[in-house]
Amino acid sequence: MSSVQHSPDAALTLGTARDAHRIRPALWYTAALALLALLLPFLEGVPVIGWLASPFQRIQLTYGLVFSIAALAFNLLLGYTGLLSFGHAAFFGGAAYAAGLLVKYLHVYSMEGFLLAGLTSALVLAAVFGSVCVRYTRIFFSILTLALSQVLWALALKFFWITNGTDGLSIPTPTLLWGLVGTSGDKVRFLSFTYYYYVLVIFFVCVAVMGVIAASPFGKALQAIRDNEVRAQFVGIGVRRYRWYAFVISGAFTGVAGALFAPLNGLTTPDILHWTFSGKIVFMTVLGGFKSFIGPILGGIAYNYLETYVIKTTEYWQMLLGIILVALVLVMPRGIVGVFAWGSRREQRNR
Amino acid sequence: MPLLFAQGLRKSFGETRAVDGVDFLVESEELVSLVGSNGAGKTTLVNLLSGLLVPDAGSIAFQDADITAVPVRDRIKAGIARSFQLVNLFDQLSALDNVRLAIFSRDGTTRQVLRLAERNRHAREEALEILRDFGLEDKWDTPAAGLAQGERKLLDVALAYALRPKLILLDEPTSGVGTREKGTIMDAVAQLVQARGLAAVIVEHDMDVVFTYSHRIVMMHQGKVLAEGTPEQIRADERVATALLGKA
Repeated sequence: MSSVQHSPDAALTLGTARDAHRIRPALWYTAALALLALLLPFLEGVPVIGWLASPFQRIQLTYGLVFSIAALAFNLLLGYTGLLSFGHAAFFGGAAYAAGLLVKYLHVYSMEGFLLAGLTSALVLAAVFGSVCVRYTRIFFSILTLALSQVLWALALKFFWITNGTDGLSIPTPTLLWGLVGTSGDKVRFLSFTYYYYVLVIFFVCVAVMGVIAASPFGKALQAIRDNEVRAQFVGIGVRRYRWYAFVISGAFTGVAGALFAPLNGLTTPDILHWTFSGKIVFMTVLGGFKSFIGPILGGIAYNYLETYVIKTTEYWQMLLGIILVALVLVMPRGIVGVFAWGSRREQRNR
Repeated sequence: MPLLFAQGLRKSFGETRAVDGVDFLVESEELVSLVGSNGAGKTTLVNLLSGLLVPDAGSIAFQDADITAVPVRDRIKAGIARSFQLVNLFDQLSALDNVRLAIFSRDGTTRQVLRLAERNRHAREEALEILRDFGLEDKWDTPAAGLAQGERKLLDVALAYALRPKLILLDEPTSGVGTREKGTIMDAVAQLVQARGLAAVIVEHDMDVVFTYSHRIVMMHQGKVLAEGTPEQIRADERVATALLGKA
């Protein structure tokens, strides 16, 4: 890095440009993985990776991508703005419920309708929650977000004549692209192929947009606030207002994830409004690595596999998740990304 | 009219009268040093002028406009910037990004959400130029946390300077750095202040530095102004000698 040219992928990491060139191989891997994801449905039966291409696995990956969007959005607050929200279930679940209510009351079966309703509900919720929460930081912020999201959970539970209580709202297979792609009969085929691509495209768009936001002057301002609130104020940044913007943007993208989740799961229950679901989003982000931009993507996907397979093997899966979380915090605070970065550094040294 | 004119400023913390009825003015392009022993009220005065603290009594006018109760952000827009005694930087951001952020904020471009910061060539060039002026160009991509103490001090001043203020308040820009670096920092500061036609208020303990660089010296003691004048006048003032120089 002797030249003055700034490495472009510094944009994708929270670290410095010097760190960034270490992560460059990881970017190539990312591109390769993206290509693999695009081709995945046609790789069934291919040796070595064919098993990943089965409909079941593709649906698993779709779940993972949805969680990744939520974790990425959450990390705009945690990693970039330095605010730990324990209430992101409200935006995720709120958007899923918005889709469910759209079906129940307005008989809308369009995925774009779900997305619009989900995005709008998340924007409104985040704007309101945010205006209260960003007055505080640290633990006070976390507790407020948790408390407000629990209110929403309680409402979903108690207003059962609207929300069906713990039974939840069922979400039928929607039409895609304003009815252009109709509801096919085979649900597994729909979810593992058509909907898989639908989610993948939205995932790419969300990653790109959030990537630009993170590397924009606005994103830099958020990082400045995270690093030093007083100095941010003394270079003229409206600290509280920018925290609120970050909160609303984060909530909105989490809402997109929630809306995508609804038809995938086919059912919206109060679980995804409960604070433990907020905890899962925190877990995904920390698992992947909240100090890098791509960390939460890996975290979201990895978390979904972890949950799927660990639940199958042991009834103590929550304890196992707890142990993993402790290990993460103590041994690998930079998450999966940190392990990769460490590996590539070792490789360079051995060369 | 002077650039900045403060009258009858008072600020107490509990029983302590940190600033106790101070009149203070700065002319355009003037370099004023604030001296005095620890606890004299120098930093409190700077905090009042910069808006970190609100005075209990008194008024502050900047370019004929009353700014006594104006929030920090608007003071910065009016043209008052400051650096900090205990360095305040964006530690995880590179030196370049630290300066660039001040430029973005000054230009109102921190509102740009969907444009890469890197795309703003002007901000990048200007930030590199400022780093060069402060002798930090080699460290442009080092995170602020990874800089040496003297470099951090310089970067702290550079952030204030990048805001293109009319008045810059520097709270002990050379404290905690070696004697040799002190000269470097003050040379850089004095040169830039003069080249840009800024006015500066510098809180400083090192009297050699003060006598070398100041146009005017204001001596504070127990929250009050004890003496003020040109370096020659202050050097000759016996009260100053007993209150400050005698101890050194």
